[in-house]
Amino acid sequence: MKSRERSQQTSTMSRSRVQTIFYSTAALISLVGLAEATYLTVVFLSGETAVCGGSPDCFQVLGSSYAKIGGIPVSGLGALAYFSAFAFATFAGFGYAQARRFFAWTVIAMFCMTLWLLFVQAFRLHAFCRYCLFSAALIFLLTGLVIARPVAETEKN
Amino acid sequence: MRRYLPFIIVICVALLAVGSGIFFYRAKRSANTTPRISKSETAPSGESIHALGPEDAAVTLEEFGDFQCPPCGKLSEPINQLQKKYNLRVIFRQFPLPMHANAKEAAFASEAAARQGRFWQMHDLLYREQAVWSKSPDTRALFNAYAGMLQLDLGRFRKDMDSAEVQRQVEIDQQHGAAIGVKTTPTIFLNNEVVPPKQINPDELPAMVEAAMKKAKPSS
Repeated sequence: MKSRERSQQTSTMSRSRVQTIFYSTAALISLVGLAEATYLTVVFLSGETAVCGGSPDCFQVLGSSYAKIGGIPVSGLGALAYFSAFAFATFAGFGYAQARRFFAWTVIAMFCMTLWLLFVQAFRLHAFCRYCLFSAALIFLLTGLVIARPVAETEKN
Repeated sequence: MRRYLPFIIVICVALLAVGSGIFFYRAKRSANTTPRISKSETAPSGESIHALGPEDAAVTLEEFGDFQCPPCGKLSEPINQLQKKYNLRVIFRQFPLPMHANAKEAAFASEAAARQGRFWQMHDLLYREQAVWSKSPDTRALFNAYAGMLQLDLGRFRKDMDSAEVQRQVEIDQQHGAAIGVKTTPTIFLNNEVVPPKQINPDELPAMVEAAMKKAKPSS
């Protein structure tokens, strides 16, 4: 009986550790995305051009009409989304159950938006911006984490 | 304490993001908003002149430039610095050389931007990004993107780039240059005196400007 309780305790502890590591990783990825999106928003607002290491594609993408939604820069919306993902991941890491659901929904919304932006770059603008591709990679990572999360939790159960 | 920790972390990150964004924005703005007295004047012939600095400046530097010419690109920033340092009057005139495939298009782009009061911003941008657009097979798309970056009215910009007035403006500058003997770029005049081509480089031009300043104001 005692050994069963002990094993249950150990299982709960390791599950909480896995969750902490999992959400800390998600928060860190979101933080990187937040920094990138903030940079792009500032560049956009100051009327500067993002330097893409000599590639003209950044100008084509970031200067296009798709870079704004109702006058608001897409990078600004991205910064807001990354901040939300960071906040939900932090709260989820600290054991707030509701935050896990919000985190998953935020990442799914970001994933859908990323698919649209990749489609625009590939088929409408015929140009890829490196910043956007980096951001897409971060969002794919976050999506991967969201998909892996229930598996990890079920395995532990 | 642990209960409040996520709130503290999230608030700190929010403050850091907003704070660094504002700091970065201000830094960029102060770098971009050079106190330029910039205007496009209209001469009696109907031509528009792109001038920076006061009309009564001691020294006027007039440049015949081609946006695709690498030495012109190298001189762009030093001339900006000299303008600020000596409060020069800087006049830019279009002189796209036929050997540069995209030079004329770039000249049209700068003239189209001038129609929305952003000639010098486009001038600086074209020189800064010269290596990129010079090799591009689709310069139009790039120039449109630059116009977007400068927050110009894109519809008007596209229309102006193709307009006969803009093309005429470039021709007027070219004809004016040819009439006074300009053959290559950059050609620079300091108070209407041509600067020898060998001295048109970022190292020797400041000394030339200083000499012109001394000549214009011998007492100071």
